[in-house]
Amino acid sequence: MSKRVGLEASYAVAEAVRMADVDLIAAYPITPQTHIPERLAEIVANGELDAAYIPVESEHSAMSACLGSAAVGARTFTTTAGQGLELMHEVVYVASSMRYPIVMAVCNRALSAPLSVWGDHSDVMAVRDVGWIQVFCENNQEAFDLMLWAFRVAEDPRVLFPVMVHLDGFTLSHVTEPLWLPEQEEVDKFLPAFKYQFALDPDKPMTHGAFGIPDIYSEAKKAQEVAFLNSKEIILQSWKEFADVFGRSYAPVESYKADGAKTLLLTMGSFSETAKIVIDEMQAKGESVGLVRLRLWRPFPYEELRQAVKSAETLVVFDRAVSSGMGGPVCSEVKAALFSEAVKPKVAGIVGGLGGRDMSVKDFERVINRGKEIAKSGSGEIIETVGIRG
Amino acid sequence: MAEKKLKVPEDFTWRNMEVGNIITEPGNASLRKTGDWRSMRPVLDKEKCIKCGLCWLYCPDGAVKLLDDGYYEPDLFYCKGCGICARACKKGAITMIEEGEK
Repeated sequence: MSKRVGLEASYAVAEAVRMADVDLIAAYPITPQTHIPERLAEIVANGELDAAYIPVESEHSAMSACLGSAAVGARTFTTTAGQGLELMHEVVYVASSMRYPIVMAVCNRALSAPLSVWGDHSDVMAVRDVGWIQVFCENNQEAFDLMLWAFRVAEDPRVLFPVMVHLDGFTLSHVTEPLWLPEQEEVDKFLPAFKYQFALDPDKPMTHGAFGIPDIYSEAKKAQEVAFLNSKEIILQSWKEFADVFGRSYAPVESYKADGAKTLLLTMGSFSETAKIVIDEMQAKGESVGLVRLRLWRPFPYEELRQAVKSAETLVVFDRAVSSGMGGPVCSEVKAALFSEAVKPKVAGIVGGLGGRDMSVKDFERVINRGKEIAKSGSGEIIETVGIRG
Repeated sequence: MAEKKLKVPEDFTWRNMEVGNIITEPGNASLRKTGDWRSMRPVLDKEKCIKCGLCWLYCPDGAVKLLDDGYYEPDLFYCKGCGICARACKKGAITMIEEGEK
């Protein structure tokens, strides 16, 4: 039987890693992710988890150590945030290209400058193209569930891609709320031991990480991309199996009170919880609004997104990052996903919640109303923002 | 020893790539012509050579081979033309010349 406990989201992540029985943790503490590696260090030191814990000297080393760990077929975990994710950037690409199923929790944080330890999605957007499966969590239960699920999907022999689980810095990572913790038997049922076909072994030598001459690099990249796109089917299947064992289900795009709504708001991560309240309030006032939440960020869920928004007149995309010179990155991807559709909503993008700036229910109401105006007039400011003075 | 291959065969497509580009039969670099981008080429003068083997010892790519008659000769299938053998030779028996020269 599952038990209901109160846990901080970071501790829920650590608990999921413990129950997943990982073999190696290599992590460098950085705000707002610090509680995860601290708690795991404690768990390993207490003998509650039989794993190697490498207190590396940087995030670049953290991901490098993870490569070696995954190469010998060990279940491997790391975690970082913001600047740390940037420091490990080049190695992050290597993990996906070499198809090492490393799992990483990212407590989303703004990027410098100005120096900020608070949350937004700048760090996520800087790793859009790295070839990792990426999902967003909204609350503590999802942080636990998706962390557990991440190992399962990453290590599936048909997938073998690393997975990033994003949880918003502070507004999720440091929040304590109740969640259901499963029994170890249920976890073991869902998550079998990692068996890696290509594990490095002195008795069976192989070459990992050879260079690719121009004659082979393009073929390598195409093979990787086809496999990455094909992983979506296994993602869907594994979420179904997760629901069978734990009774909670996940989908690439999730709607909230969106049926028949003329205007839809699209959000990612923990702010979706606030956005739900504004949808409740505006619907109570008789407004035709609904919410669409993007859970699966990579591979991008084109088909599910099109289905979720096709009947709406207006889609307002809320971004917590700026792609300099191009506006909100999620909005531009959503527009690209809808471009070839004959029937589609008008799309308006608004940026807010940067560097830990809070988004209140009133702010989200402004986002929706301003989004409707932009969609109606067909034009807006160069960059539309909310909650910024002046 | 397997046949030395000059390039990737036409019928080897992206579908033939192993997961993560792993090479499950390692040690096949010797089959590849890794000396084809050389711009300078070592030429041995057997008159000056005393068969000391310093070129063989110093070559960072293992591209100097020992012949049956005891002389050492650069293997141009692998030689990158770095010139270390010419520097190492105490007798000045190795000269670096431009590729394309006779």
